[in-house]
Amino acid sequence: MSFINYVINGVSLGSIYAIIALGYTMVYGIARMLNFAHGDVIMVGAFTVFFGVSMQGFNPFVAVLLSIAVCITLGITIEFIAYRPLRGAASSLVVLITAIGVSYFLQNLALLIFGANPKSFTSMVPLNPIRLAGGQIVISGETIVTILSCLIIMISLTAFIKKTKPGQAMLAVSEDKGAAQLMGINVNGTITLTFAIGSGLAAVAGILLCSAYPSLSPYTGSMPGIKAFIAAVFGGIGSIPGALIGGILLGVIEILGRAYISSQLADVIVFMVLIFVLLVKPTGILGRKLQEKV
Amino acid sequence: MAMLEIHDLEVFYGVIQAIKGISFKVNEGEVIALIGANGAGKTTILHTITGLLSPKKGRVIFNGIEISKIKSHKIVTMGMAHVPEGRRVFAQLSVLQNLMLGAFTRKDKAEIEKNLKSIYKRFPRLEERKNQIAGTLSGGEQQMLAMGRALMSQPNIILMDEPSMGLSPIFVNEIFGIIEEVSAGGTTVLLVEQNAKKALAIADRAYVLETGKITLEGKASELLDNDEIKKAYLGE
Repeated sequence: MSFINYVINGVSLGSIYAIIALGYTMVYGIARMLNFAHGDVIMVGAFTVFFGVSMQGFNPFVAVLLSIAVCITLGITIEFIAYRPLRGAASSLVVLITAIGVSYFLQNLALLIFGANPKSFTSMVPLNPIRLAGGQIVISGETIVTILSCLIIMISLTAFIKKTKPGQAMLAVSEDKGAAQLMGINVNGTITLTFAIGSGLAAVAGILLCSAYPSLSPYTGSMPGIKAFIAAVFGGIGSIPGALIGGILLGVIEILGRAYISSQLADVIVFMVLIFVLLVKPTGILGRKLQEKV
Repeated sequence: MAMLEIHDLEVFYGVIQAIKGISFKVNEGEVIALIGANGAGKTTILHTITGLLSPKKGRVIFNGIEISKIKSHKIVTMGMAHVPEGRRVFAQLSVLQNLMLGAFTRKDKAEIEKNLKSIYKRFPRLEERKNQIAGTLSGGEQQMLAMGRALMSQPNIILMDEPSMGLSPIFVNEIFGIIEEVSAGGTTVLLVEQNAKKALAIADRAYVLETGKITLEGKASELLDNDEIKKAYLGE
């Protein structure tokens, strides 16, 4: 029965990776850049809730909304100040290095404001665990909320892209920015929207993560951010269902590795998955082969 | 009044000057051909008109409004459509999705439906394949899709960049037939072509471009008889 428990925990952790991976994958798909500051937006989201609930005594629901709003604003600001001026730069490496710089900036800003000591985070999920099979399978409230949130986010995002005009604009921009402009699509606006959605989701992921693993420090977002990036590559970067599949597989692999192989080696296993995927199928599970334009 | 006026246009790629002071105009209802060899600057001019490139000097005036500083996506809403070189359909989206993106700036749903029907009438093949992924269409069909997509914005003027490029002779004839139909429907056409013979056959007036300058201009029928043109572009 413990195996089932591990798998459930893996799916739950994987759902968080999937939500974070969405931010990576959408931004990559549309702006063709890797936003390595994305993980730190998660940390900012979690700190906003911590600040609201534990320091100011806000209602948790209000704090969650505030956190999403803060992260959306942060995402738009980062894109506007740090990345937009570099669009059209000679090398995509320039933007990548800038993203790493933004990441360090956010970490050190949090360090300055909140200090290096880990904070204990109060779970935002008021549900009691469910016990099944005579108490042998325990599903925590956090797990239920996390998996449900992930499903809701995936379904609504897919519908948004399929059914709405801004969603279609995203598809058009991800394929051909010039042609999209000729259709009357505001490319910069579409990229801003993508950053806003990705960062809002990062806030949700940060809150879910810290509710399940209640320790918060300025570096909280960094490792999950990198793992979510691996999940995005694993599933096929640029693909939304790929982010879901990659995230959940990675979560399950990590938890099972921790349980049956070694908890010290769990991260090593995760990174080995990345290397393996890159060797065998560089485009990921659902990734498309990038075609050179003629 | 001219619908589109270009005054003393100069465009650079870095330090290289691609357009060296060009002026021309397109009157309402005309079909204007810009002809010239590879690298003469034809595509650069179209990109500058629709705002994908910005000129170093000169002005582009559309319906009396200077558009040189206006962003591409706003120029579309002013009634200008651009069928880019190499078609550039959204290869991973369906034919219908491509067409609907062409109507991105339009709001009136009934009007869009009506327009879609008229485009299906003009390009029956697009209707047959409306759910097919655009990347799987043949070159000629993709060209039709690119034209249909541009027409979905109901433009006053349509800019076409090498619509016959890379197509089989049958499709080339079909595409030129469609351009004539579009023009007959009241849309002004600015056509960039390497196929000078075909372009001059359907154009009212034409400009000949050589390395960033206009070297000849006149009525298309007169240019067809011009000895220099015959030698340089018509292979006679």
